[in-house]
Amino acid sequence: MWQLAGQQLGSRLILGTGGAGSPQALERAIVASGTELVTVALRRIDAGGPGGLLDVIERCGVRVLPNTAGCYTATEAVKLAHLAREAFETGWVKLEVIGDERTLLPDAVELLAATEQLVADGFTVLPYTNDDPVLARRLADAGAAAVMPAGAPIGSGLGITNPHHIRLIRQSVEVPVVLDAGIGTASDAALAMELGCDAVLLASAVTRAADPAGMAEAMRYAVAAGRLAYESGRIPKRFYALASTVDEGRPEL
Amino acid sequence: MPDVSVNGSPARVPAGHTVADLLRAATGSPAPRGVAVALNGTVVRRADWPTTGLSEGDRVEVLTAKQGG
Repeated sequence: MWQLAGQQLGSRLILGTGGAGSPQALERAIVASGTELVTVALRRIDAGGPGGLLDVIERCGVRVLPNTAGCYTATEAVKLAHLAREAFETGWVKLEVIGDERTLLPDAVELLAATEQLVADGFTVLPYTNDDPVLARRLADAGAAAVMPAGAPIGSGLGITNPHHIRLIRQSVEVPVVLDAGIGTASDAALAMELGCDAVLLASAVTRAADPAGMAEAMRYAVAAGRLAYESGRIPKRFYALASTVDEGRPEL
Repeated sequence: MPDVSVNGSPARVPAGHTVADLLRAATGSPAPRGVAVALNGTVVRRADWPTTGLSEGDRVEVLTAKQGG
């Protein structure tokens, strides 16, 4: 169990719903992942009504974490967060304020401004941030309920490009650290947890996998295994070998 | 008969039409679940939908949950 903004969560995996081929594939992936929290976006309604995404989420019995994907300014992101609170009756928000179209990396200045505003407006703010330990501390100081650094650009599947900074972030803030974006496969998620992250948020790695439910299950085990390894204390790395079998009693042959 | 914009498309609504009327026409319900409304860029609280009238030139955004990371 771990705590995010005062909520007890059993699973340390947060699943993004973006990129799933069908509602059925998404539902199977959510169930297989064991997650208790999934992200959704807020977009213009289709002719014919709200559609079935919330039904899928409700059937799975998981909580909704709205995001502000696609926002480039603090003003836009704050408005979208208020709309999400109205639509989903939750004050939780995955705050995304993007600064660059090609990398989709966060705009630090706008992100901090939006965090300050939304905290003042009573939101539980979970900002998607860069792998910058100083910015992470600034966000936590501004009242963010967690910090969510990118391992690599969204949807890139490049894994964790700067593991040392992720470890530094874990040391620079008290709030939970959620590795968000860049995960490509199970070993990336395990590494995030071994570095000390409290949870992993991923979407594309599961939803765009050839078998989303299979990859969701792999991520479930990877996150659990990585956390257990982190808590269990890995051995130090050595330059030369250290025999595990004692030399004493070795026969002369 | 004010001319307004709904999700970026021009629409003509009857005089006295409210946000709730617009939602009933668009979704079949005056208060659909999982929906948020912005009027000229500002959120309209759910409780205010039945009493918020539409005027000439208003920009309405009707939003709902979509898949997203």
